[in-house]
Amino acid sequence: MILVFIEVREGKVKKSSLEALSEGKRRADDLNTEANAVLIGHNLESLASEVLLYGASKVYVVENSLLSHYTAAGFSQALFSLVEEMKPEVILFSASSMGKDLAPRLAAKLGVSLASDCTRTVAKGGKLEVVRPIFAGKAFLTLSFKSSPIMATLRPNVFPLVEPGEKKGEVVRKEVVIPEDQIKAPALEILREEGVEIDVTEAEIVVSGGRGMKGPENFGLLRDLVSLLPHSAVGASRSAVDAGWIDHQHQVGQTGKTVSPNLYIAFGISGAIQHLAGMSSSKFIVAVNKDSEASIFKVADFGVVGDLFQVIPYLKEALKKIASE
Amino acid sequence: MNIFVFVKRIPDTESKIRINHETGTIVEEGLNFVLNPYDEYAVEEALRLREAGGGKVTVLSVGAEESLVILKKCLAMGADEAFLLKDNTPETYDGLRIAKIIARALEKKFPDYSLLLFGKQSVGNDNAQVPAMVAELLGLPQVNVVTKLEIEGTKGTAHREIEGALEKVSFSLPAVISAQKGLNEPRYETLKGIMMAKKKEIPMLTFEDLELKEEDIVPLLEVAKMESPPSRQAGKVIEEEPEEAAKKIVEYLHNEAKVI
Repeated sequence: MILVFIEVREGKVKKSSLEALSEGKRRADDLNTEANAVLIGHNLESLASEVLLYGASKVYVVENSLLSHYTAAGFSQALFSLVEEMKPEVILFSASSMGKDLAPRLAAKLGVSLASDCTRTVAKGGKLEVVRPIFAGKAFLTLSFKSSPIMATLRPNVFPLVEPGEKKGEVVRKEVVIPEDQIKAPALEILREEGVEIDVTEAEIVVSGGRGMKGPENFGLLRDLVSLLPHSAVGASRSAVDAGWIDHQHQVGQTGKTVSPNLYIAFGISGAIQHLAGMSSSKFIVAVNKDSEASIFKVADFGVVGDLFQVIPYLKEALKKIASE
Repeated sequence: MNIFVFVKRIPDTESKIRINHETGTIVEEGLNFVLNPYDEYAVEEALRLREAGGGKVTVLSVGAEESLVILKKCLAMGADEAFLLKDNTPETYDGLRIAKIIARALEKKFPDYSLLLFGKQSVGNDNAQVPAMVAELLGLPQVNVVTKLEIEGTKGTAHREIEGALEKVSFSLPAVISAQKGLNEPRYETLKGIMMAKKKEIPMLTFEDLELKEEDIVPLLEVAKMESPPSRQAGKVIEEEPEEAAKKIVEYLHNEAKVI
């Protein structure tokens, strides 16, 4: 059995965990086994039936009042109990912030090793192998596992969703006992940066700015574009972040986030090696830069040599026109 | 407060990574090695906590003797003591193995810890596993990817970065915290700091000292292959008047990328 952890944030199933379930289902088919999902928290009934659409044979629902908010300690204890009982061969997570926090804690509890942030999974000789980037994508490792169950986190935005189909599976309720003193480091509240709805790692379109943006006030231009493009977010290069023009959580590159959106648009970004590492797995790359020699043009599918401050207003007009049609 | 910071030596982010396809390893020759940038935030935070509330800052690294250089840097920044947990094994990419070494060192040699600080991940390996694994092995609370940290007595609160937002988390000491960029602005070493660091011994602890047997820390991941990424072909580059350029970008987004 391949067990996939399904993440719920603010009452919604995270898309990246459905991507992990979709990939789990594909490998389960290769390995002649089933893909099952697990939901942890409270009030999960309606969410469980949504998850069944993505190929899960069973959706385990673990509800407990102590699990109404995520904690690594509480959730890993709940998963540990389920894993001890169900004995999955493989456990998959999305490499979201929750997945990255939870999976290593569970792996250490189980005494097994973990492959982080994988971009490919392969069934080989009846077992699972994974491919994962190192150095933010400057090299790729193929890893096999000597411990069981196999555990991996999968990078968001990389694995295609299966077409939601019929609900063939079933919902199975599981009880877990969690000692109250096991709940360590509870979240008190969520603080949201105004205007930020989608993280760069989850966005389908990333509109990024670099040193060529010239100052913090000009990032408003990129926010305008983001408001006109579906599922998009503002990104930035390290030099823009280090200059204090925009918060570091927008930074793309080796000391920021690695992104794989459908489309990456780079404005005034020269293309330092550490930036290219973080975004060159994007499906399409468009770059606008004054300098025709900029390295970003070596990876861009479509490049414009020109002044971004002159191009963006026309771009906004054109996008508005499309939106109104 | 008795603070421990865990640091790693990594190739700097400007490095071009070359692969030795025969051995399936990174070619180290010609690389410039530095203190992992996220670990710098962890060291800085430890120093600030000590300056505000007293205590001691001890820095540890798992690695070969080459890692003494980054431990010296931490001493020059102002850490009180540094130890090398000597490990000559080449990179295994297995976070659990490192977490086991660290957890054992703390249990055997430094059981009196109140705060364990890490970088949120080592740049290069990019696992982001060790802090959470150490927390589990020692039964401690964890707060990862922290951009703000406040400690009052034995209680703390931290801001942890999640997708597009921050989570405010409370915890009790002892605890594991991993640092994200934005937590602070790391200081430079002063000349005085460098001179003082020169005089300090950095003791080395072997697996024998930690009563660890090789079989306890066998890597459980196997690198079957190491490859370079598929190289991207440069596409079309145009140089047109802004209005025409914008029009062509929109056409490209519509016809090729199909996002609008």
